Amino acid sequence: MKALTIEHLNKTYRNGLEALKDINLTVEEGDFFALLGPNGAGKSTTISILTSLVTKTSGSVTIFDADLDSQTELAKSYIGLVPQEFNFNGFEQVKHILVTQAGYYGVPAKEAEPRADVLLKQLGLWEKRHTPSRSLSGGMKRRLMIARALVHNPRLLILDEPTAGVDIELRRSMWVFLREINQRGTTIILTTHYLEEAENLCRNIAIIDKGRIVENTDMKSLLNRLDKETFVLDLLEPLTDSSLLQGIEYHQVDPTTIEVELQRQEGLNDLFTVLTERGIKVGSMKNKVNRLEELFLTLVERPESVE
Amino acid sequence: MNNRRQHHWIAFSTIVTREIRRFLRIWAQTLLPPAITMTLYFIIFGNLIGSRIGEMEGFSYMEYIAPGIIMMAIINNAYSNVASSFFSAKFQNHIEELMVSPVPNYIILAGYVVGGAARGLFVGLIVTLVSLIFTKLTVQHIGITISMVFLSAVMFALGGFINALYARSFDEVSIIPTFILTPLTYLGGVFYSISLLPEFWQNVSMLNPVLYMVNAFRYGILGVSDIPVAAAFAIILAFIAALTSYALYLLHKGTGLRN
Repeated sequence: MKALTIEHLNKTYRNGLEALKDINLTVEEGDFFALLGPNGAGKSTTISILTSLVTKTSGSVTIFDADLDSQTELAKSYIGLVPQEFNFNGFEQVKHILVTQAGYYGVPAKEAEPRADVLLKQLGLWEKRHTPSRSLSGGMKRRLMIARALVHNPRLLILDEPTAGVDIELRRSMWVFLREINQRGTTIILTTHYLEEAENLCRNIAIIDKGRIVENTDMKSLLNRLDKETFVLDLLEPLTDSSLLQGIEYHQVDPTTIEVELQRQEGLNDLFTVLTERGIKVGSMKNKVNRLEELFLTLVERPESVE
Repeated sequence: MNNRRQHHWIAFSTIVTREIRRFLRIWAQTLLPPAITMTLYFIIFGNLIGSRIGEMEGFSYMEYIAPGIIMMAIINNAYSNVASSFFSAKFQNHIEELMVSPVPNYIILAGYVVGGAARGLFVGLIVTLVSLIFTKLTVQHIGITISMVFLSAVMFALGGFINALYARSFDEVSIIPTFILTPLTYLGGVFYSISLLPEFWQNVSMLNPVLYMVNAFRYGILGVSDIPVAAAFAIILAFIAALTSYALYLLHKGTGLRN
């Protein structure tokens, strides 16, 4: 079953800005789906239309079996949203926020309270349950928004840059949590600027640029399209004789660091055989840029440089 | 269908509970000021000045103004509760919690209006208790008194909701109460009988909806009124119907909420 079907979706704002131009997109039930794009590409407009925060100009949106126009209440009941900006009442206590949100979805307080307790414990907010939300740290506020989106057990969770401004430790713990939710059957749509995050978590991907879908495929096929990759090699000893690397396409960053560009058909084994033969010892190696990032930059049109 | 109705009821009671919790949490801003202001009205107008005015329509001046002062407190608080709460929700963006949820517009409106009316009634009760320190109140028509209190609170809560939908800043939330609501209340017969006015101003006063509420409420308590009580009910019900329809229309259009 499709969790989301978008057909011929258009949005033109009152100021004439065409934010979305004939968007067509499907997300399968159970998927972990990335919706990527540069700033102003139309990601947030798409999400705002799905969640009824923005009115579409034309087109149709179906959430599972419910059409957003004709079965609005049912369609909305399937969705949990983690928005980009903090949008809870700063004066309300953390647990009240969750129980109130559940109430909006028809979950009675006696059922919502134990659900809220479980989520608060899972997301490390239990100690803060009676604290007004404005007193939470940035990371805790992010987790509170995830808990709020999940308290009514949505079938489709939409995360709009959930880890923006979150430290790496917390980001990784959120990844683990989101993977678990997805494995339990919740379909997830994620927008993020951290392409490493999308590559790690998502199985399918759509890239949107200037209001159009420019790519919609599975992550593996997309990454396979990368025809060359740049690796950064840290050498154990300084490279003094450049003739040792004759025949290899490389760029020396400093005496102990080189960047090597390899075509997809070239194996890493060949490179290391040559390096070993010539007595060059490599301490460590990494990709210069995240693979998805490299593809992303080729797919989206970059803004013209400002002179 | 029953399930859907049950969900709507839970959503409605959630909004009302949240609204009541809000005005009780900030009682020093919501419940205390009207109690102090109305006490001052009773002391200054009722006690100090009123003792020199003498009787009005056969009642001591204090007795005469007490129903008007109670009604004024109800109207102001019902209005400002919804206006400030709904606008704050817009300002802090947490109105999005409701907008993304499956709660239909009429439940959102009903929840906020009942929450606002609850504050109006709560403050009305406080001011009534305060008034009992200064004068005796014997209710003549209990049904009229209660229904007028409730309908007036609902009508002004609806007004506050529409104000909050249009408002783009806190200044715009206070414009209507300052420039429309306060003059209407003061000229609505709270402190005097319109029979004291020249005929022209009596006719002008008849255009003021607050006059009908104050007088119908005064009729409920004291048994005297400047206007026919049935007309008061008809006018208030017409206003409630018109304001409800307009608020639902604005919600449907997404005025002040959706792009």
